[in-house]
Amino acid sequence: MLKGLCRKAFPKALWVYHVNTGACNGCDIEVIDVLTPYYDAERFGIRLVGSPRHADVLLTSGPVTRQVAPALQRLLEAVPEPKLVFAVGSCACGGGPWFDSYSVLGGADQAVSVDYYIPGCPPRPEAILYGVALALGLVPKKVASEALRQESLEELALGVSLYERGNDGRQD
Amino acid sequence: MLLSKLREALICLRAGRVTLPYPFEPHDPAPGFRGKIRVDPDLCFGCGGCADVCPAGVILIRDTGQLTRVLEFRWSRCTYCGRCEEVCPEGAISMSQEFETATDSADDMVLTLEVFMGPCQRCGRCFPPPTSLEKISVTGFRSDEASVRPGAEVPALHGVSAQATGPGKGERS
Ligand code: SF4
Ligand code: SF4
Ligand code: SF4
Repeated sequence: MLKGLCRKAFPKALWVYHVNTGACNGCDIEVIDVLTPYYDAERFGIRLVGSPRHADVLLTSGPVTRQVAPALQRLLEAVPEPKLVFAVGSCACGGGPWFDSYSVLGGADQAVSVDYYIPGCPPRPEAILYGVALALGLVPKKVASEALRQESLEELALGVSLYERGNDGRQD
Repeated sequence: MLLSKLREALICLRAGRVTLPYPFEPHDPAPGFRGKIRVDPDLCFGCGGCADVCPAGVILIRDTGQLTRVLEFRWSRCTYCGRCEEVCPEGAISMSQEFETATDSADDMVLTLEVFMGPCQRCGRCFPPPTSLEKISVTGFRSDEASVRPGAEVPALHGVSAQATGPGKGERS
């Protein structure tokens, strides 16, 4: 639904305001990479703008530090509706290695609501392009939560459930 | 001024098209790229070595019962350092080449693995030495010895020099 809404609300171009909330600059360099002619995000109408009031998208990189959180919220308020928030990099997605530091709140979603997550440390420029294309509805989503499970040895060997085996086999 | 512009235009014309067609055509990363972690559920035996070394605390371990242990990989904050792959004695974790992991929901970035823990309830000595836990103590520390890097053959435990066992293992030698 969000995807459909996104395609309706942003039919032509996404103007991006980039905010560094405590990143090591790795992600910022990759974001700049995406705007070079080699990767050329301007094909999709992605443009960096100098003011949040001109932007459709707030692109955050880095973990949200305690210091920057109120500023980030004010920035988001300055972006006119409809707006999207992109979190680029593992730090912005979940806090990175600093997720439990005293001076860090965690990922960008601890301060603002995030619409698209682009993990990677830093994400490849292709990964950022993929995130942009995902937001524009050009590519399908490829990840989902996974729940893996091992069969117990008893289940494998005997084909009976653990509890049956426990009741007649062991005296504990 | 005009000449320099013309020269610039010429250079651009000669270069031709440089833009990658990426999202419409695949563009695979170079070999050795470390992408999203991949876990082989059949190989993991729940030792917790990966959780111990992960710098980002991606891997959380909960014992849900006497025989079950749940490993939770919250890989949204993974830094793709490859330490878990390096340390896993069974090679259950590997770094895939997958980088197209952008998503619109934070819940997609979680992987859980329920491990069946098979303790020997009679003798408590299930594993012939060196156990996998002992193997971890060899590969589990950062070492500049090329011979103990993954890929190189792991030296037999009892023939290991004091240098290769790394810090914190002095009592072993
Ligand atoms: S995700 Fe990695 S590259 Fe990006 S800001 Fe964090 S530490 Fe730096
Ligand atoms: S690659 Fe590094 S950060 Fe990611 S799960 Fe493995 S040890 Fe943790
Ligand atoms: S180090 Fe390997 S075997 Fe041990 S818990 Fe992690 S994935 Fe499982």
